[in-house]
Amino acid sequence: MSQIFFYATLGLYSCATLGYLIFLIRSSNALGIWANRLVITGFIAHLLSTIHRFSSSGHLPITNMQESLSFFSLAIIGSFILFERKYKVITLGSFVTPPALLMLIASSALPTEIKQLPPILQSNWFWFHALLAFASYATFTIACGTAVMYLIQQHFLKKKRFGSLFQKLPSLETLDDISYRCLTIGFPLLTVAIISGSIWSEQAVGNYWNWDPKQTWSLITWFIYAALLHGRLTIGWRGRRAALLSILGFIVLLITFIGMKHSIKW
Amino acid sequence: MNIIVVGLSHKTASVEIREKVAFSPNLIDKPLRDLVALDGIVEGLIVSTCNRVEIYATTHDIAGGISRIKRFMAEHHHIPLEVLEPHLYTYHSENAIRHVFRVASSLDSMVVGEPQILGQIKTSYGYAAEYKSSGIILNRFLHKAFSVAKRVRTETRIASSAVSVAFAAVELAKKILGDLSDKTVMLIGAGEMCELAAKHFLNSGAHGIMVTNRTFERAERLAEEFSGSAVRFEELFEHLHKADIVLSSTGAPHTIIGPKDVEDVVRKRRFKPMFFIDIAVPRDIDPKVDDVENAYLFTVDNLQEIVQANLAKRSREAEKAEEIINQEIGQFYKWLSSLEVTPTIVALRTRFDEIRKAELSRTAAGWKDLTPEEEKRLEALTISFMNKLLHTPTTLLKQAGQGGRVDLYVDALRQLFELEAAREESEELELEQ
Repeated sequence: MSQIFFYATLGLYSCATLGYLIFLIRSSNALGIWANRLVITGFIAHLLSTIHRFSSSGHLPITNMQESLSFFSLAIIGSFILFERKYKVITLGSFVTPPALLMLIASSALPTEIKQLPPILQSNWFWFHALLAFASYATFTIACGTAVMYLIQQHFLKKKRFGSLFQKLPSLETLDDISYRCLTIGFPLLTVAIISGSIWSEQAVGNYWNWDPKQTWSLITWFIYAALLHGRLTIGWRGRRAALLSILGFIVLLITFIGMKHSIKW
Repeated sequence: MNIIVVGLSHKTASVEIREKVAFSPNLIDKPLRDLVALDGIVEGLIVSTCNRVEIYATTHDIAGGISRIKRFMAEHHHIPLEVLEPHLYTYHSENAIRHVFRVASSLDSMVVGEPQILGQIKTSYGYAAEYKSSGIILNRFLHKAFSVAKRVRTETRIASSAVSVAFAAVELAKKILGDLSDKTVMLIGAGEMCELAAKHFLNSGAHGIMVTNRTFERAERLAEEFSGSAVRFEELFEHLHKADIVLSSTGAPHTIIGPKDVEDVVRKRRFKPMFFIDIAVPRDIDPKVDDVENAYLFTVDNLQEIVQANLAKRSREAEKAEEIINQEIGQFYKWLSSLEVTPTIVALRTRFDEIRKAELSRTAAGWKDLTPEEEKRLEALTISFMNKLLHTPTTLLKQAGQGGRVDLYVDALRQLFELEAAREESEELELEQ
């Protein structure tokens, strides 16, 4: 059952992503609207698949790489839908659905067996930590997407190229707004995720911080976003520099995410 | 009944000719009356703008009508017909309909997609309606033209892009600064284009304006005009950080704003982006300003490029518009040809006969001891009854012959008895309204 929904999701996300990408080069608003409908339908299927998986295993499907990738993708699409509602920037989909789709494809390539839950994960702190971490990852993915859009749009403006892509993309101000909003949502989430993660670590292995690669990379991610937020609030960092840092933050975040599995042996 | 168009436009006549044949809106009643008094002309309407002068009319005699209107134009404006004629174009029937639809949709305008022409035609139609020179056909025709123009406007993006430099500047600023309602404009120097751009920015919702000029009095005067504030030229850099949009066109022989200045100003603004437009020749703003982070400098040439690209885009959209017009011509033409007398009489007879037959067979079916002889007499009765009823309207319709009156009768008949064509058209009209 959850497999059916999973593959339906995969199909819908693929069509939506394709729609969003073609939308960038073709001048048809209808395409953007349809891509948005597809992505929402896909999200519902994805949610059902996840819920089904949750009810059959009794815990959130985030205990191995296959499940986590799918959950990451779910979180990205979920927050994209919310951001799209608020800011009405259709082209955001062209930059955010591709990573979500790639994660889902990667997830589908991995084995799906449900294993017995290892005792180390049987802690409420773990679930709390993981949920917040995924939420922050999703908002930072949106931030990275807008940063890429910002750099493209700025490139057009500086090179004085006013093609159809330039017309499609939103104003620099809007992109900066979305970016900042992502930062102010994502950063507190990440902070609490790291704190709850260390509490869980204390419960599981006996100390709050053991400098394992996972914790170290999390900390690096946190510092990058902290620097970005600090720069923004104190001297008004924005534009190109902020966009580049936001992209760097996302790359480090991906390393943290992929490195997760190897840090704790279960 | 046929629709004919006689006219000239920026495409066929120079401004010297156009101004000679223009009709003044204040004195339009006499030419309108003279027009419909012409032999064979039933309804008439005069469109007169700075780019075109056109006469729309209905007639039964296409060739005669056209030549009489040509002579009317020449005589009314006291121009020899030989001088005027080479500039005139004429259309009739389907081509006349297409022409008027294209003009109303702004496809025939000097700047394709400019919105004024529709309003001008509406005004011209207003005069014709006021002085009763238009009748049932031109009324319907012009309303159709307005709805076609509206369709073109909403279904194509013919008018969606900026085709003036000042407007392109506003569009560009929005791509950087987003909403302009909390943004401030700084106007350096004076100059027609700069002031026009400033006006456009204020119309698009810009929050306020500062004006500076080497002669402070001039700055004050301009500031007053825009209800902004005047800034002394020497104090420019003390105020520049407050401006999001900078428009510059001074007569200075060298640049007055350099990259170093802008770097300082941008830092002072906490890196909020700035939008510069340099209209001056030689330049007021060092081109290197564009290399400063969060500062965006554009010249008139850049804006001109946008305008050119938008014009090209418009002509692509125009093709879509032509398709829409082709669809609409067919519909209108169908209604127009339905106004002929003979097909209407035939349709009316058919309708009556249908009713007669239906009622007769219903009565006969429920009448048990009806002999074939009696049935024949019954049928004869219904036929003579129907013929008597139709006799007067048919003769009158034929006698009414040609003229505005007969169209009115025919149209009324078609609507009252729901004779085809009229039915479709009236449904459509309801939808539009």
